[in-house]
Amino acid sequence: MHIVVCIKQVPDSAQIRVHPVTNTIMRQGVPTIVNPYDLFALEEALRIKDQYGGRVTVLTMGPPMAEAALRKAISYGADDAVLVTDRVFAGSDTLATSFALASAIKQINKDMPVDLVFTGKQTIDGDTAQVGPGVAKRLDMQLLTYVSKIRSLDIENKEIVVERRSEGGVQVLKTKIPSLITVLEGNNEMRFATMANMFRAARYPVKIWNKDAAGIEDITKTGLKGSPTVVSKVFAPTPRAVKAEIIQCESNEPKDLSVTLLTKMFTKFPKIEKEISKRAA
Amino acid sequence: MVEKFDVIVVGAGPSGNSAALRLAQAGLSVLQLERGETSGSKNVQGAILYADALEKLIPDFREDAPLERHIIEQRMWVLDDDSYIGSHYRSDAFNKQPYNRYTMIRSQFDKWFSERVQKAGALVICETTVTNLLLDNQRVIGVQTDRQGGEIYADAVILADGVNSLLAKKAGFHPELQPKDVALAVKEIHFLPQELIEQRFNVKDDEGVVIEMVGKITKGMMGTGFLYTNRESVTIGVGCMLSDFKKQNTTPYALLEQMKAHPAIQPLIQGGEMKEYTAHLIPEGGYNAMPDLYGDGWMIVGDAGMFVNAVHREGSNLAMTTGMHAADTLIELRKEGKEFSKTNLKRYQSKLDESFVMKDLKKYKDMPDVFHTNPQFFNDYPEMLSKAARTMLTVDGVDKKTKEKEIRHDFRRRRSLFGLVGDAFKLWRAFE
Ligand SMILES: Cc1cc2nc3c(=O)[nH]c(=O)nc-3n(C[C@H](O)[C@H](O)[C@@H](O)COP(=O)(O)OP(=O)(O)OC[C@H]3O[C@@H](n4cnc5c(N)ncnc54)[C@H](O)[C@@H]3O)c2cc1C
Ligand SMILES: Cc1cc2nc3c(=O)[nH]c(=O)nc-3n(C[C@H](O)[C@H](O)[C@H](O)COP(=O)(O)OP(=O)(O)OC[C@H]3O[C@@H](n4cnc5c(N)ncnc54)[C@H](O)[C@@H]3O)c2cc1C
Repeated sequence: MHIVVCIKQVPDSAQIRVHPVTNTIMRQGVPTIVNPYDLFALEEALRIKDQYGGRVTVLTMGPPMAEAALRKAISYGADDAVLVTDRVFAGSDTLATSFALASAIKQINKDMPVDLVFTGKQTIDGDTAQVGPGVAKRLDMQLLTYVSKIRSLDIENKEIVVERRSEGGVQVLKTKIPSLITVLEGNNEMRFATMANMFRAARYPVKIWNKDAAGIEDITKTGLKGSPTVVSKVFAPTPRAVKAEIIQCESNEPKDLSVTLLTKMFTKFPKIEKEISKRAA
Repeated sequence: MVEKFDVIVVGAGPSGNSAALRLAQAGLSVLQLERGETSGSKNVQGAILYADALEKLIPDFREDAPLERHIIEQRMWVLDDDSYIGSHYRSDAFNKQPYNRYTMIRSQFDKWFSERVQKAGALVICETTVTNLLLDNQRVIGVQTDRQGGEIYADAVILADGVNSLLAKKAGFHPELQPKDVALAVKEIHFLPQELIEQRFNVKDDEGVVIEMVGKITKGMMGTGFLYTNRESVTIGVGCMLSDFKKQNTTPYALLEQMKAHPAIQPLIQGGEMKEYTAHLIPEGGYNAMPDLYGDGWMIVGDAGMFVNAVHREGSNLAMTTGMHAADTLIELRKEGKEFSKTNLKRYQSKLDESFVMKDLKKYKDMPDVFHTNPQFFNDYPEMLSKAARTMLTVDGVDKKTKEKEIRHDFRRRRSLFGLVGDAFKLWRAFE
C-alpha cells in the first residue's frame, strides 16, 4: 500500500493582515502552517499505514521554505517527502498546480506504485478545492471528495470504503483503487510525534525536485504561462458600521429576557413595532 | 536507539542560540531543544539589539540579519499625568557605520539566528519541551522531554530556558523566583506606514528613535515604559515589578492603555493598527538574586541565570555573551581532554567575572533595593519636576526669583530636605 499525501504550506490565516494603505496581503513575518485539512488527510493515511502496513509519501509544490511543512509531516510518521520547487512554477493557479503535482506523482509511482492519493478538501489561503479533482483527472483516478473517514480497505480486491459527508447525511461509498480522496476535517486528531520521529524529521534529507526531476517537459503548462486564472484584486471587506451590543437583563427568565430584548428593539426600530402591531390588528 | 550528544542546549532564545552556534562551529555534537514552534515564536523583547555582543559571534551579521532601524536618537522622558520633561540626545556619530544599536523584531531575528545555528551543524528540534533533567547522583547526564521515548543523553546540558527556569528549579539549582525579583512587561506593536514614522520622529531611511520613560505612567510602581521605532511599526510597552502589581492590584494591560492615552504619547501612535500584544517576565533581581551558575554537567545562561541589567535595559546582549562563554568553556575543556565537572566548569564563572557582564551587574547590585524601598522616585519626583518646569516656563508677571522660591518650597513640602538629600545619596550610592 503506497499513499501519496499532497500538503500545502499556507500562511496562518489567523495572523494575516491586509496592508492598510496598499490593500495587499502582508505575508512577510506571518508564520506558516500546514494547511489544516491536509493534516487530517495525513493522519488518515498514517492510520491506514498503521493498520495495513505500507508507505506514506508526502508531496508539496512550493517555494524552498515549504520544506518545513514536509519535515513536520515526517515527524508525524510519513516515510518520504518530496518538494517540487522551480522558478517556472511561480504564479501557478489551480490548473497549473494540478498539472505539476500529477507529473510529480507519476515520477513517485515509478519508484513504488501509488495506490491512493490524499489531498485536503481545500486550502485556507486559496480556498478553491480544485486541486484534488484536478490531479485525479490527470492521473485518471477514481475521485472521492469530502471524505470524513476511511472505513476499510480490501487490499486483495483493491477496494476502499469511505464515509462521505453530503447534504443531509453521510454516504458510505465503495470504490476501486487506485483512487484520489479529498479529506474533510474529521475526528482524527493528528498524533503527537514521538521523540524518535522528531530526530528522524530533523535529520531527514527532503527530496528536492526541479521541473526535470518532476518529469515536466512542457513548461507552457506551468507557472504563470499555464495559468488562465488571474486574481485581479484582493480587498478587505468594509467593517460593518453597526456595532454589536450586549443587552443587560436582571433576571434569567426567558420571558424577562425576551421582553428586555423586544423593548430594546422597538425603541431602536419603532418601525418594526408599528409593523407588528399593524399585523396583529 | 539511544541518542547521545556532547551538549544539549535547552531553549532557542539569544542565549541558547549563541551557545549552540559556538559549540557547533567548534565541531561538538549539539542538540538544541525548543518548546516553541520555532526559535523565537514565544519570545518577547522590546527590542533593542546591541551590536557588540552579536558581532563577537557573527561578525557579518549586518549582511542578512532582519534589522529594523539603527538608533540615532535617545530620549529620556519623565512623565506626570499630562506633561513630560526630558532630554533628547541625537548625534550624527550614531549614523556612522558600523552602527551600534538597532531595533529588531524578535520573532524574525530569532528565526534568522536559528538558521545560522542549523547551518553550523547543530541539530535543532522545536515543539519539544524539556520536562526534567536526567541525574546520576548530582551529575546531569541528559534530559527528559514531553515526547514518547524522550530520554536523551549528553555530557553537558546548558540551561538557556529563559526567565523562571522551571528546570533549574525542579533540579534544585535555584530557588523559587521572588515577585520582587521579576518585572512583568507588556508590549504592543503598532503598524504605521514608513512615511508617517519618518515624519513623526524626524528620521529618514533606516534611522530610528528610542524613548525611555519613567514617572507616573507606572503609578508609583518600580518600572519603566518604552517606545521604539521599527521600519513599519512602533513598539510600545511598559513593565513593573511583579510584587508592585500585586500590591497595587492593577494589571499591566490597564497600565499600558493609560500610557498610550498620555497626551505626549498618543499622537505618536495615533492611527496605527495593533499587530501584536505580548506579555513576558524580565528577571530584574540583579546580582544579589543570581542562582548558582554551574555544576556537574550543567550550566545556566541568559535570563535563566538572572543576567539582565535592568537599569540600562540590557538583556539579550548578556544572554548572548553568557551563552558564548558557556560554550567556550566546554570547547576548551574538550580540547584539553577534561571532563565537564563542577570543578572544571568554574572556568565559566571566571570568564563571566572578567567580562562586562559581572562587572555591570555588580555595579548595580543595590539598585533594585533602593527603588523598592523608595517609591518617591516613580511618583513624587516626576510631578515635582514637571511642576517646576511649568512654573519656570509660564510667563505670568511673577518674577523668576519668586518662582524659584515657590519651586524650592514645593520640593520641601513634598519631600523634606532630609529626604531630598537622602534620595540623592541613595541614588549616587547605587549608581556608583
Ligand atoms: C487569495 C487567493 C485567491 C486565489 N484565487 C484563485 C482562483 O480564483 N483560481 C485559481 O485558479 N487560483 C487561485 N489562487 C491560486 C491558488 O490558490 C493556488 O495557485 C493553487 O496552488 C492551489 O489552489 P488552492 O490553494 O485553492 O488549493 P485547493 O484546491 O483548495 O487545495 C486542495 C488540496 O490540494 C492540495 N494542494 C493544493 N496546493 C498544493 C500544493 N501547492 N502542493 C501540494 N498540494 C497542494 C492540498 O492537499 C489541498 O488541501 C488564489 C490564491 C490566493 C492566495
Ligand atoms: C518587554 C521586554 C523588553 C525587553 N527589551 C529588551 C531590549 O530592548 N534589549 C535587550 O537586550 N533585552 C531586552 N529584554 C530582555 C531580553 O528579551 C532577554 O534578556 C532575552 O530574551 C534573554 O534571552 P534568553 O535566551 O536567555 O531567554 P529567552 O529569549 O526567554 O529564551 C528562552 C527560550 O527557552 C525556551 N524554553 C523555556 N523552557 C523550555 C523547556 N522546558 N524546554 C524547551 N524550551 C524551553 C523558550 O520557549 C524560549 O524560546 C526585554 C524583555 C522584555 C520582556
